[in-house]
Amino acid sequence: MNRIVVGAHYGLKDWLAQRITALVMAAYTLFIAVALPMADGYEGWRALMSHGFVRFATFLFIVSLAYHAWVGVRDIWMDYVKPVSVRLTLHVLTFLALLGYTGWAVQIIWRL
Amino acid sequence: MTELTKQRPKFLNLLEIKQPLPAIVSILHRVSGAGLFLMLPLLIWLLQLSLGSAESFDTLKAVAANPLVKLILLGLLWAFLHHFCMGIRILLIDVHVGVEKAQARASAKVVLAVSLALTAILGLKLLGAY
Repeated sequence: MNRIVVGAHYGLKDWLAQRITALVMAAYTLFIAVALPMADGYEGWRALMSHGFVRFATFLFIVSLAYHAWVGVRDIWMDYVKPVSVRLTLHVLTFLALLGYTGWAVQIIWRL
Repeated sequence: MTELTKQRPKFLNLLEIKQPLPAIVSILHRVSGAGLFLMLPLLIWLLQLSLGSAESFDTLKAVAANPLVKLILLGLLWAFLHHFCMGIRILLIDVHVGVEKAQARASAKVVLAVSLALTAILGLKLLGAY
């Protein structure tokens, strides 16, 4: 197979996704930065994170983080790891790790 | 014809190359992102402790009191803040704000300075200075 890695939309989806997920995470960060000082101790923190809207936002943050990290870390492997077998292995391990982290983190907020 | 007599191949000594500031903040964006990715299990575990129960919240406090953990968290705090500030710079350049060389150099300085200043302010809080 002899694909030429140029042309319309090649990589555009991931490029755009990285920007959109960044905006979601930036907005969430600013929200938490404002809300956190108002939450006092364990009870306050738990009440904040249990709130319906916050849970919705935290879920979006977690999913955005996973997608964002996937694009970023995959780019690192693509830039520095030349042997295809090693690179593919690293891609798979990165993907599986992020998938597992997502489940773990979502589970933490979802059972509140 | 002096060009033809130059020594080839040319080996670049990475330690001797002086990078412009935009290049430095750019590679730090990658380094900080990689660091945050590698430390995700720790961060999720800390989130779990913080929300599990009043007992696990106390465990979190004990874990965070460990000097090594404090050092890692301080590093992650800088990594997050740098990645955040640099991310905003990248998004602005994407929409053609600050693309000119002089502006790009100035914004690179701002990214470096603001992220370090915020790390100092929030880091002192983390270390319990106030």
